[in-house]
Amino acid sequence: MSRPAALVLVVAAGLAVVAPFWLKPFGVYQLSMWAVLTIAAIGLNLTLGYAGQVSLAQGAFVGIGAYTVALLTLAGCPFALAFVAAGTLCFVIGWVLGYPALRVQHHYLAFVTLAFTTLVFLVLRNEEWLTGGTYGINGILRPSFFGFSTAKPVSFYFFCLSVLTVLSLATWWMLRSPWGRAFLALRENPIRAASLGLDTRRYTLMAFAIGSSLGGLSGALYAPLVQFIEPGSFALGLSFNVLLMVIVGGSGYFLGPFVGALVAVLLPEWMRVAQGYYLIIYAALVMVLMALCPSGILGLVERAANALSGTRKATPALDPKGVEP
Amino acid sequence: MASFIQLLISGLATGAIYALIAVGFTLVWQTSQTINFAQGEFVMLPAFFVLAAMDLGAPFWLAALIGIAISIVVLGVLFKFVVVDPMLRHGVLPLVISTIALSLLLKESAKDFYSAQAQPFPPLVPAIDVHVLGAAVSTQNLAVLAVAIVAVGALHLLLSKTRLGRSMQATAQNATLARILGIPVRRMVLYTFLINALLVAIASILISPIYLAKFSNGETLGMAAFIAAIIGGFNQVRGAILGGIILGVLDNMSAAYVSSQYRGAFPLIILIAVILLRPQGLLGRVEERTV
Repeated sequence: MSRPAALVLVVAAGLAVVAPFWLKPFGVYQLSMWAVLTIAAIGLNLTLGYAGQVSLAQGAFVGIGAYTVALLTLAGCPFALAFVAAGTLCFVIGWVLGYPALRVQHHYLAFVTLAFTTLVFLVLRNEEWLTGGTYGINGILRPSFFGFSTAKPVSFYFFCLSVLTVLSLATWWMLRSPWGRAFLALRENPIRAASLGLDTRRYTLMAFAIGSSLGGLSGALYAPLVQFIEPGSFALGLSFNVLLMVIVGGSGYFLGPFVGALVAVLLPEWMRVAQGYYLIIYAALVMVLMALCPSGILGLVERAANALSGTRKATPALDPKGVEP
Repeated sequence: MASFIQLLISGLATGAIYALIAVGFTLVWQTSQTINFAQGEFVMLPAFFVLAAMDLGAPFWLAALIGIAISIVVLGVLFKFVVVDPMLRHGVLPLVISTIALSLLLKESAKDFYSAQAQPFPPLVPAIDVHVLGAAVSTQNLAVLAVAIVAVGALHLLLSKTRLGRSMQATAQNATLARILGIPVRRMVLYTFLINALLVAIASILISPIYLAKFSNGETLGMAAFIAAIIGGFNQVRGAILGGIILGVLDNMSAAYVSSQYRGAFPLIILIAVILLRPQGLLGRVEERTV
């Protein structure tokens, strides 16, 4: 990582720590939402950006995680246990959902995962005995650890931020391990990877399962953050949203999800003036970005940096950063 | 038995509309590798063009023609040149994202610039029930069936019997070879976009009297088109027709006989089953993969 990039990263991390102290409660809430959605986007970035599997199911996994935590904590189970349960459950479901990925690729997989998301929504809406149906679940409690309560917005934000930090460090470590390289090989050329002796079956399932489990963990934080969940929040819209976060930030860049989630959370605020038209503007901006630079905002930044420093290194679209030897 | 016939005919009518949407979807996919995630919104929008023309005082038949014409320009020509062409060099995924964004754009535009409320839409024929074998069948359903059959039949004749249609098929099957044989490939690709726009406009006019014109209609319709296309076989026009009809009938039957709450789930389960057991679709060909 170059020196200016490291500097930007340190300043951004500093801001993330200091910002809540001069923000209003709603600002802190949004910042927490950013941290929560970033976790889901990191998961999808792993599946899509590194392993190259298009998934439209991340929103469904956030939902499964959120309902797991809400139901378990309301039944008296400690948060830490519910958190782990959410991650594990999504890992298992993600593993099973990964099986279609073994048979079909690209657009077909997008449709299978799209169908899965709608099925999850239908189950959440129709199985009232478990999920409360369209009324949702109310009064989800924020956890306390060792007598330290996270009920206040600022303390819950720091809780989310620390979970985000731990999970992103774990992902960073995994991407530098042989697994990370295997995921890249899957994306670049699955048939070649198989012929070089890589167990593509196992790694595809793994990429899917780990990405989904991060979605579940994000949902595990989403439930206590919002304190009210209903099926509509986890319909196709959320999956599209997380997908757009990954793409807008820069899919295959480690920091892409952080940037993409920030844009998705802050843009509605910045475009208050545009009122109802903000989604139209957002959609148009995404289309322009895709036409100009499919590698997202970080791709644009990288291109600008290369132009400034005069090095004309050819960067292919979706070139992964941070996992190079 | 009477209710079965009733369900079958309304299922066939819905299925015929799904088939129209799915055929356009497959045509565009075949010739330009464009997976149009906005296809559902493409069906939602023309109804609003028609309503806007009627607001300006045009009679229904004229408004319908104006709506179809605007659709062909906006959803055919503009879609191809403004959205698809600049994206093609980047590959499939960015284009998928772009059409997802486009679906959001169209949906929100219809909501903000026309109305967020469901709008009544004039039917093609007055709704009267006629009695067939003891079942009351709505003339609306029969009209929908008739129009859809004529449209699909005309398309089939165009594709298989005329020189133009065969050139389009050749383009779909192997663009490079088609170019070598002297077929103007770029123009053929444009024609498929125009045909798609025409088909979705017809579908829109057929379905809006039943579902009302609403900005969010595209979600279910788009999904139905994808599922129909995949069930039938992504690379076959015949497959899309078959898939659409199976889907429409199944949708109505399952809602009546199994569970109306899980109505939306049956097509999805079939979709997953088809993808797992026969990914090339019922009538599709296997596509080879290369290293």
